[in-house]
Amino acid sequence: MILGRVIGKVVATMKNDTLVGQRLLIVQPIDRHGRDKGKAIVALDSVGAGAGETVYWCRGKEASFPFLPVEVPTEATIVGIVDEINIPAESGNS
Amino acid sequence: MLIARVVGDVVATQKDPSHHARKILLVQPLNLDGSDRGEAVIALDAVDAGVGERVLLSAEGFSAMTAVGRPNSPIDTAVIGIIDEVTLIENIK
Repeated sequence: MILGRVIGKVVATMKNDTLVGQRLLIVQPIDRHGRDKGKAIVALDSVGAGAGETVYWCRGKEASFPFLPVEVPTEATIVGIVDEINIPAESGNS
Repeated sequence: MLIARVVGDVVATQKDPSHHARKILLVQPLNLDGSDRGEAVIALDAVDAGVGERVLLSAEGFSAMTAVGRPNSPIDTAVIGIIDEVTLIENIK
């Protein structure tokens, strides 16, 4: 799974039937310090994430499993809202 | 599988039910020389690993969710072993 921040949403009226009622959010991947890393993606939401929240998202086929038994065509799904990240000591590149 | 180091953990109250009662670790994949290999990722813990430990990381869904014991759940990365030792044979490359 990968850390990210919700920075927007996507509205699509015409979409796969199984996507009806699902929220499409734009997620910016971030590093452990909260800095933007790489390019934003569109992800489904399975936990009720909102704008600005730090989340972690799952990629690949596993991303569709929160919606079982419905088989939803997604390869990126937000599966957790991050309350806090604990990094006891930065040990550098050792 | 990748060699990685556990650098921290993540607290998440709102998460997929399959992630309940499992530690959510922040792990940094490593190169063989110990330097960082890309960005740190989030992995569920299947072996009770702790911060600072060098671990074996499964970065594929089926093996990860099987190790965690939660089939058909949204888990794409898991810590599946704690590494005691890595031995590289000299002059092979």
